[in-house]
Amino acid sequence: MDQPSLAGRFLDELRAIVGARHVVSHPEDLLVYEYDGSIDRRAPLAVILPASTQEVSRVLALAYREGVPVSGRGAGTGLSGGAIAAPGGIQIGFARMNRILEVDTVNRTATVEPGVVNLDLDMHAHKFGLRYAPDPSSQRACTLGGNIAENAGGPHCLAYGATTNHVLGLEVVLEDGAVVSLGSLARETPGYDLRGVFVGSEGTFGVTTRIVVRLLPLPETVKTFLGIFPDLDSACTAVSAIIGYGIIPAALEMIDALSIRAVQNVMDAGYPPDAGAVLLVELEGLREEVEDTSREVEAALWEGGAAQVQVAEAAEHRAKLWLGRKNAFGAFGSIAPNYFLVDGVVPRTKLTQVLRQVSEISQRYAMPIANVFHAGDGNLHPIMLFDERVPGALEKALAAGGEILRICVEAGGTLTGEHGVGLEKKEYMPLVYTPEDLAAMKLARDAFAPANRLNPGKIFPDGQDHPPSPHRAAPGLYA
Amino acid sequence: MSLNAGSGFTGVDAPSPADLSRCVHCGLCLSACPTYTTLGVETESPRGRIALMKAVQDGRVGITPRVVGHWEMCLQCRACEAVCPSGVPYGRMMAATRAQVRTQGRQSAMVKGAGRLLLRGALPHPRRLRLGAGLLRLYQRCGVQWLVRSSRVLRLLPGGLAQLEAALPALSRSFFGPSGETHRALGEKRLTVGLLSGCVMPLMQADTMRASVRVLILNGCDVVVPLGQGCCGALNQHSGDLEYARRMARRNIDVFLAAGVERIVTASAGCGASMKEYHELLQDDAEYAEKARRFSELTMDITELLVSLPFAAPTARLERRVTYQDPCHLAHAQRITAPPRAILQAIPGVELVEMEQASMCCGGAGIYSAVQPELSGQILERKLGFIAETGAEVVATANPGCMMQLEQGLRRKGSTARVCHVVDLLDEGYRGEE
Repeated sequence: MDQPSLAGRFLDELRAIVGARHVVSHPEDLLVYEYDGSIDRRAPLAVILPASTQEVSRVLALAYREGVPVSGRGAGTGLSGGAIAAPGGIQIGFARMNRILEVDTVNRTATVEPGVVNLDLDMHAHKFGLRYAPDPSSQRACTLGGNIAENAGGPHCLAYGATTNHVLGLEVVLEDGAVVSLGSLARETPGYDLRGVFVGSEGTFGVTTRIVVRLLPLPETVKTFLGIFPDLDSACTAVSAIIGYGIIPAALEMIDALSIRAVQNVMDAGYPPDAGAVLLVELEGLREEVEDTSREVEAALWEGGAAQVQVAEAAEHRAKLWLGRKNAFGAFGSIAPNYFLVDGVVPRTKLTQVLRQVSEISQRYAMPIANVFHAGDGNLHPIMLFDERVPGALEKALAAGGEILRICVEAGGTLTGEHGVGLEKKEYMPLVYTPEDLAAMKLARDAFAPANRLNPGKIFPDGQDHPPSPHRAAPGLYA
Repeated sequence: MSLNAGSGFTGVDAPSPADLSRCVHCGLCLSACPTYTTLGVETESPRGRIALMKAVQDGRVGITPRVVGHWEMCLQCRACEAVCPSGVPYGRMMAATRAQVRTQGRQSAMVKGAGRLLLRGALPHPRRLRLGAGLLRLYQRCGVQWLVRSSRVLRLLPGGLAQLEAALPALSRSFFGPSGETHRALGEKRLTVGLLSGCVMPLMQADTMRASVRVLILNGCDVVVPLGQGCCGALNQHSGDLEYARRMARRNIDVFLAAGVERIVTASAGCGASMKEYHELLQDDAEYAEKARRFSELTMDITELLVSLPFAAPTARLERRVTYQDPCHLAHAQRITAPPRAILQAIPGVELVEMEQASMCCGGAGIYSAVQPELSGQILERKLGFIAETGAEVVATANPGCMMQLEQGLRRKGSTARVCHVVDLLDEGYRGEE
């Protein structure tokens, strides 16, 4: 704030739009808005908490006029720095726009505001025998607006697809404050599928203010299997066996020994402490169908070399098994003060090979790396565990993460399955895209946000207006 | 920037760096926090409050009135702790943080005043309390309260005090208290238990205390209410007056361990949570560390004990539509949610209807309703809405503070729903058999 009077006038105008109580601007208060769930940090100039599309539009128009960059913030649970403000930028927080506006049980849709918590929508839909399928591990706190920005996934996206497969229509405010509608209630839209390109644009195309999502009927039967394995290799073999039977489970999750230890440190999720790995397999559908597939899943788990197979049908038992998986990232706090999580994707057939390479990296860096991930779609989540207070530890973790991403790409995979690129992975984009590819992406962005005022500096490696932190010169990239 | 590299935390009673580093700021606590979900600003979220602790620890910001304000806004309901995937011990971090605020003289005037008047001046002194309560009972019963309430005197009081006056439940007709005598088990004796009498319960919920004794002896417990015991010190601990809380803990440890009981039982969730953590409070006290550990191990909530015995289900019917409000310090601090429900469901005729967000704080939170009347009221309002949706005629809970807060809120709304403790209903079930 080298020109406090200018900033002061700007803030006063913001206060006039949303009310003084809904502008957070005191430096001490902004300390709690400088992070999300990942490791980058930067305090915004202010956080604005609007209550309506009109207010969002007016805030954006004002920021546009003043040349101030804007980032959206739901619950700040993101894992790639998507909600972190650009230098001198403001955040628009959606905590007050959290109403479920309508559930249409006939057409099976819900209309919600962007600040609605993912799980709240799902639980609300349950009252009508319906569900909202995408279930990121942070679903208890994360919001629909953020889910759309990141095209969030989750364990059950194996069978049902990620967020984009569940979004029908959006009301979006563009960088200059213009309000537009994308998609529609109909399943097909004439013209360009702008809804499709918007979902996953990480807050760089526009700010979502209203969302129409698809709801699905609750399954008749749900069955969860816990396969307990002596090591990661045998669990990977079982994954291949399940796929080999032609089964697509609702979810297929792998949890390795270190992750089991972290989870069991904090809660009893029912994972045996001495297991080398566990697989969570969930089947959903009509009773007869689930029964048939169950036999094959059990056979595949034994074929892979399971030491034990447990079956959970009671909701309470299933919830316990899932609680461990969904809380796994946070549970690493019980082992190390910091973690750095990468979101690489590999073809399922390369799982065993890549996990061995990850283990080799862990040894070479003398840094514990845990694996808890969506085995069904090859979406790895190697987690470097470290203590940032130890000099050089953060750099080491970033370097190890960089190497892992490179291995994923070499194995025919990519950088991110569901967390977004944001600040975290932007330096790695050249691993998977040519300069021409990246230029084409920028053309798409320019169509929505020609002035690049929305979440600038994210996604693209050359973000002038969001210089990488000193430790972010793509460590590990060119090792 | 007005951020000044302040003194940070000093002395022994400070949040430990190990505890602070356990928070990985994943944000999964946000949706569990009553103040965040009510106000929608992250300064009033658990993650935000921890970030401010870290910032103070790192010298990025001082213990300024603004920072203190955010910490004081915390209900200490510990809902965040129960959902935290990293197992961050938020309760003790906030208590230690408030200890810093207190010792460095940075408390707000309201909290400082309440600390002096209530937490040091009243609660720890059974005789003073009894005398005060006696006068208050006189005030309530001889018409003075009616006079005060119908006059405009209350409008002259600051908001917190007027709210406090409104929150005063009718005092019990006759008080309960430690007697030293043993209430003998009926039937075969299974255990000898020591019952905590506590500070406000024997004066305001004496009937619940008597019901507790009755249900325990009916289920084979010899019950002693040892003389010399006092308030558990939970509210002092929550406010950061750890020194005084330790003094109160030592007194109870001495009294109950000398009584030779096999279990120490309380009908107050808040007291139970604090007593189960005496070993943490006194871990650096060479003389008391081991005794505190024993005391904590013996402590059980009354619903927990009854279910573990197990208790006998009443045979008489009690036709009631009941909803259960989880006390925060039972559900979150002690992680006890099933036993109270099991007791309610064991009473023939009781229909248990779950309210939405049953384990979300009611806004009572010890002295919170007095020091943060506005926010406490907003949080209560939401709770009352969920209660109304159930159509329940009885709201059962297991903590004196919740009982007072809900009672006050329901009366203000003109609701006829009755508020009681789970053991009150169990006791009525048994009495129906007579």
